[in-house]
Amino acid sequence: MPRADDAFVRFEGVTKSYDGVHLVVDHLDLEIARGEFLTLLGPSGSGKTTCLMMLAGFEQPTAGEIRLEGRPLSRVPPHRRDIGVVFQSYALFPHMTVAENLAFPLEVRRLGRAEIEERVRRALAMVRLSGFEHRRPAQLSGGQQQRVALARALVFEPKLVLMDEPLGALDKQLRESMQYEIAQLHEQLGLTVVYVTHDQSEALTMSDRVAVFEAGRIQQLATPRELYEEPKNAFVARFIGENNRFRGIVEGIEGGVCRVRVGEAEVRALAVNVAGIGKPTTLSLRPERVVTGEAAHHLPNRFAGRLLETVYHGDHLRLRLALLGSDAFIVKLPNRPGMADTLARGTELVVGWRVEDCRALDA
Amino acid sequence: MTAATAHPAVSHLAATALRRHVRRSGRRRRLAAVGLTLPLVAYLLVFFVLPILGMLRLSVANDELATTLPETTALLRAWSGEGMPPEDVLAVLAREMRAAHAARTLARLAKRLNVESAGFRTLVLATGRNLPETPAGSWTETFLALDPEWGKPAIWGALRRAAAPWTDLYLLAALDLERGEQGEIRRVAPERAIYLGILGRTLWISFLVTAACLVLAYPLAYLLAGLPERYANPLLILVLLPFWTSLLVRSAAWIVLLQREGPINQILQGLRLVDQPLQLVFNRAGVLIAMTHVLLPFMVLPLYSVMRNIHPSYVRAAISLGASPWLAFRRIFLPLSVPGIAAGCLLVFILAIGYYITPALLGGADDQMISWFVAFFTLQTVNWGMAAALGTLLFAVTLALYALFARVVGVDRLRLG
Ligand SMILES: Nc1ncnc2c1ncn2[C@@H]1O[C@H](COP(=O)(O)OP(=O)(O)O)[C@@H](O)[C@H]1O
Ligand SMILES: [Mg+2]
Repeated sequence: MPRADDAFVRFEGVTKSYDGVHLVVDHLDLEIARGEFLTLLGPSGSGKTTCLMMLAGFEQPTAGEIRLEGRPLSRVPPHRRDIGVVFQSYALFPHMTVAENLAFPLEVRRLGRAEIEERVRRALAMVRLSGFEHRRPAQLSGGQQQRVALARALVFEPKLVLMDEPLGALDKQLRESMQYEIAQLHEQLGLTVVYVTHDQSEALTMSDRVAVFEAGRIQQLATPRELYEEPKNAFVARFIGENNRFRGIVEGIEGGVCRVRVGEAEVRALAVNVAGIGKPTTLSLRPERVVTGEAAHHLPNRFAGRLLETVYHGDHLRLRLALLGSDAFIVKLPNRPGMADTLARGTELVVGWRVEDCRALDA
Repeated sequence: MTAATAHPAVSHLAATALRRHVRRSGRRRRLAAVGLTLPLVAYLLVFFVLPILGMLRLSVANDELATTLPETTALLRAWSGEGMPPEDVLAVLAREMRAAHAARTLARLAKRLNVESAGFRTLVLATGRNLPETPAGSWTETFLALDPEWGKPAIWGALRRAAAPWTDLYLLAALDLERGEQGEIRRVAPERAIYLGILGRTLWISFLVTAACLVLAYPLAYLLAGLPERYANPLLILVLLPFWTSLLVRSAAWIVLLQREGPINQILQGLRLVDQPLQLVFNRAGVLIAMTHVLLPFMVLPLYSVMRNIHPSYVRAAISLGASPWLAFRRIFLPLSVPGIAAGCLLVFILAIGYYITPALLGGADDQMISWFVAFFTLQTVNWGMAAALGTLLFAVTLALYALFARVVGVDRLRLG
């Protein structure tokens, strides 16, 4: 975690409303360290782009202040901020060639001809597009356009790079290889990156830290591992990865562990975010943390369920069970030889999980 | 590649059948497509292509002599053209002229010949009236006795040219050219050279109007394109509002506004910007003001349509890359709006060079454009040849402009709204 005094970018109580009624961004406090790869993750319409546009200077905060290296940005016009932006639509200038697109920020800065040529050449080599100098954007594939947009945002060596769902328009395979390339560039060039996506797996694989957005607020700001393994609330648990959820009433809390009544049964869970005894809570449990058969016998949470469906995924099996009043209880099991044959539909199955793997969150 | 090579399982026979089937179903679809466009094609043919062809034909038509004096025409075409024609030709000419005089068809020919040289009308009409049935001596003597002009080569040259199936007389006249006695092309006398001046004036007025429209429309379209659609659409309807009244009414309204005691002069005097009322109407200023107003929507619409499609992220990208807003406009937005500028200018210019009503109402004698002369020759002097030749000139200028546009901007990038 960055310390307050070495914050590179700092949002201080930033609030934004377009219509004077709805808060698109709601009292946002956020610190980004130099060299960090921070991702804003959230469903569509949660205010991620608005945050980025305020940072880039194309939207003004309704209240609050954004600081870059300690300086308030509100009085710096967007073209003086030295922030590279990769737009979702790439925004490559259609009337210019690739080389002219890359030269644009350098010409604007009145660099010499030779230096511009050299930098453009290096930037193209960096994104492995040497030889494409004289193409127009329309003559490039989606992935190539994306790489040109990336090179253009980096060629003038900005202090900070913003990327708004840069891979949204690419197919899965291309997206994964670009994720890798962007992460590599971040590493090699020591860039500070603020990255926006609604794809949780992208956020988890690329980022140092992830800020999960909902309705203009950060629900949790943490490393990918923490987000996945220790979600702070039901929204984050639901949004990041797959999980089984039960709604219940808290019956008792002792030493960070609580007893929760779910229908007839009692479940023991970590009291992460509960309101108190007698209050409702949502239990969250990752499907891969559930064990079956012999291994379940000595666990504090142990229940019998009926197998409704088995889906074969090659490396693992997904079982759907009727359990604790839900008929969508998912279990993920590593595939072992002969295992698929023993799991017939309608089988009674004993499953169990540890207290630490089941988190009691807000209702 | 045929179906047979792509799928070896398909036998040659089956492949042939398949190909025939594909071709037949394709043909049916093509026929349906042609059928659907047929009404439009027929409409364009009847009301657009045929009139243009008719105009082009009229501008070179030369049938007055052939219809009035058909036998003479044939003989004149065969004649060598030296001195006066031989007796037998003159005999036929005399007989046909008398007949035409009796049938009252000689006037049309007289008018045609008068275009070649003023004075030929009187010569032909008087001769037709006074020709005797039988010659006094030879026909040569008879003609010379009626008028010594018949002894000069000019009239015979004119008659021989009038006997040709086509004439370039009108087209040359529209360019202030004529054929000399030896048939060579030469400039007309300076006092008769008016059409090039009128063409130049027409192009100049159209250019000024186009420039004024562009200067006024560009900021407006820029503003509209930046607004959310729920504001932009009603404002766009306001731009189109002038189309709800006729061109005539709008032009006449400008007379009221611009006259010496009109509201514009009153405001200017009220604001003490001028002491004397300005002469704003029945001169060039009135024509320019009114034509700019009338043609403005034709500039706004293509500009707006192109600007709407320039995604704001282009300009934002330029600014994020370090360009000031003005530089981003100049380097990014302006070049991307060029197809709209070109389409608007082309449209306004082409409409402007054909304008008639507005200059006729708001201009003085020196502000009339080519169309005024087309109307003059059609309605006043009934000189179809001259009217058609000026129309052809206008048509040629329009085609040239379009070709220029196609070369510079490209037809596929034309957007009219
Ligand atoms: N320029 C704008 N004017 C008005 N409302 C806007 C504007 N931009 C975004 N919004 C609204 O703000 C909310 C958040 O939008 P955005 O920041 O684009 O979300 P995200 O990028 O997370 O999908 C949405 O409800 C959207 O409709
Ligand atoms: Mg967005």
